[in-house]
Amino acid sequence: MRIHLFVPCLVDQFYPGVAVAMCRVLKKLGVEYAYLTDQTCCGQPAFNSGYHREATELAERFLKVFEPAETVVAPSGSCVSMVKIFYPQLELSPAGKRTLERLGPRLFEFSDFLVRELRVVDVGAQFRGKVTYHDSCHLLRELKIEEQPRQLIRNVHGLEFVEMDDMQTCCGFGGTFAVKFPEISTAMGTDKAAAIERTGADAVVANDSSCLMQIAGILSRRKSRVVPMHLAELLAQGI
Amino acid sequence: MITGPIKFKEAARRNLAAQDLRENLRRATSHSTTLRLKAVSAVPEWEDLRSEAHAIKKEAIDHLAEYLERFESQATEAGCKVYWAETASQAAEYVVNVCRQKGASLVVKAKSMTSEEMELNTALEGASIQPVETDLGEFIVQLAGETPSHITAPALHKSRTQIGKLFSEKLGMNFSDDPKELTRAARAILREKFMDAGIGITGVNFAVAETGSLVLITNEGNGRMCTTLPRTHIALMGIEKVIPRFDDLRVFLKLLARSSTGQKLTSYVTILNGPREARETDGPEELHVVILDNGRSQLLAHPHTREALYCIRCGACLNVCPVYQRVGGHSYGWVYPGPIGSVITPELQGISQAQELPFASSLCGHCSAVCPVKIDLHHMLLWLRKSAVDSALTSRGERWIIKLFAATMKRPGLYRWSGMLGWMVQRILAPRGKGLRVPCWSAGRDFPPLPKKSFHQLWEEGEIN
Repeated sequence: MRIHLFVPCLVDQFYPGVAVAMCRVLKKLGVEYAYLTDQTCCGQPAFNSGYHREATELAERFLKVFEPAETVVAPSGSCVSMVKIFYPQLELSPAGKRTLERLGPRLFEFSDFLVRELRVVDVGAQFRGKVTYHDSCHLLRELKIEEQPRQLIRNVHGLEFVEMDDMQTCCGFGGTFAVKFPEISTAMGTDKAAAIERTGADAVVANDSSCLMQIAGILSRRKSRVVPMHLAELLAQGI
Repeated sequence: MITGPIKFKEAARRNLAAQDLRENLRRATSHSTTLRLKAVSAVPEWEDLRSEAHAIKKEAIDHLAEYLERFESQATEAGCKVYWAETASQAAEYVVNVCRQKGASLVVKAKSMTSEEMELNTALEGASIQPVETDLGEFIVQLAGETPSHITAPALHKSRTQIGKLFSEKLGMNFSDDPKELTRAARAILREKFMDAGIGITGVNFAVAETGSLVLITNEGNGRMCTTLPRTHIALMGIEKVIPRFDDLRVFLKLLARSSTGQKLTSYVTILNGPREARETDGPEELHVVILDNGRSQLLAHPHTREALYCIRCGACLNVCPVYQRVGGHSYGWVYPGPIGSVITPELQGISQAQELPFASSLCGHCSAVCPVKIDLHHMLLWLRKSAVDSALTSRGERWIIKLFAATMKRPGLYRWSGMLGWMVQRILAPRGKGLRVPCWSAGRDFPPLPKKSFHQLWEEGEIN
């Protein structure tokens, strides 16, 4: 199978290791991947802030860049939701609409792609330690992806999986919410970090770098020993 | 009435810092969410019920005028006096006038958020009529001189100890934090009020068009007593309370109590069909129904948010909202707090009065997931954000940032260059291996360090294969 990588701007700029890890897992599974080098941002920050004009411009651009792609995989539930769930709410050009109609159903979040499209739950990864999983809101409630990441984590060799309290409660990032309401956002993140620490886990896994940026920021401030990790990074361990 | 733009941010910051409040909110909301989850998991057809309720509400709201007129004619036939109020102040004025005509100086009230919209207690007091809240939570809130902080649990923001102190201070009793003893004290006071009151005022949970019935869902029995003891009963309802058929209650009664308190059914389900008839011995002599618009019909014209009128006021969206759980109901500045409040306050009071509210959400979507009538609350917040932007209510600074952001993202070269610029700034300003200190982020969290090379660079340099 051949896919195109959708590397969200946050991953590209702050967490390139996540996309590198995703590539390593895909390669192990025999998936060929290509990268369209003109890609930037899907426009979510503008859309979530209410600026539909700017969001539409970036959506049009995204669809144009990804026009040559047939199947697209991204290590983010949030950015995939933006395209699949929220692009249809924008007033797109006929050409943009056509691309979206074709591409939408072929755009996958990473864990969903592995489990439902490739039908793989064991990628052969190895990790010695206790791991807990945070349900990212967009992944869980927009894309309804709940079991796929857990299946993948449970099948990592040597790993002990443990659920945290309130695993489906928001970490408090919420895009611009995190900077518009920093006190509330931090309070939410602090409770999330406490729930993570209570499990005694060595690592916390999530499928969105945005949530991980929030969780990692708080864990680091608390001088916590828990390592935040993207699912792709976990699955690339030992392969 | 809101007298100026709601200052959510300011209030939230203050409430977030109040440790007692945080703990009270945490305890109460986690209790309700646990009970709700238990009750809901026991109903295998829960999702079907939600869809059914959504469809019934859609039918009711799509044909609102028709069903309201049907309700009016059925209720009138049963002997009710129906009054249509366009604004909250008209509704309050009508109630005050009825009280005056009846010569009532004391009014007993059941819990009603619609009466909060009308600021009815203030209006009654202004006419030298004493309103007495008989719902225990409302009684507490009234005693404290506050407003409800939750749709179904008005005093949720207070702890047992705080209520004990309040009672001992205001009612002159010995301090106790035993709920039984506190309830007994309230009951002793309220019983007398019930006997003396000339008028009982209640809200309405459902108004059945087919039969003209008023349905009240309560747990304490005081609500029902407001409808039976006084000679006159005034029921207050928003226009969205109407449902087409009596049989529809089958669906809503299953959903409401479970969503709200985790009960299968509340202790009291009162169905009223007009005032006392000649052959009957109980019930009020007169029953007035006030049907309030107060901006709701404007919401009908808004395609993206009109489903907010489907709300049955269960409070589930408040209980699960991570923002509400931390800042409490009073931060939201008007009658309805939480996610539903963030949608209907801007719609009923004007977006310019409440422009911060739609932004006060991480868009986690938990509210929409628990809503028993499937209101897409968090997506409505997105539409309201757009409406704030379209009405030029966001700051000039923000508009420029978004413009700059979009301009950068449209140019891959510029996008990459700004990434590199960020890395250089970090190298100069941040300690080695650490991220920058970023305003609005770094007070409580560390900012991630930018790596030397972006994924794009790694790819271009052939480091990924």
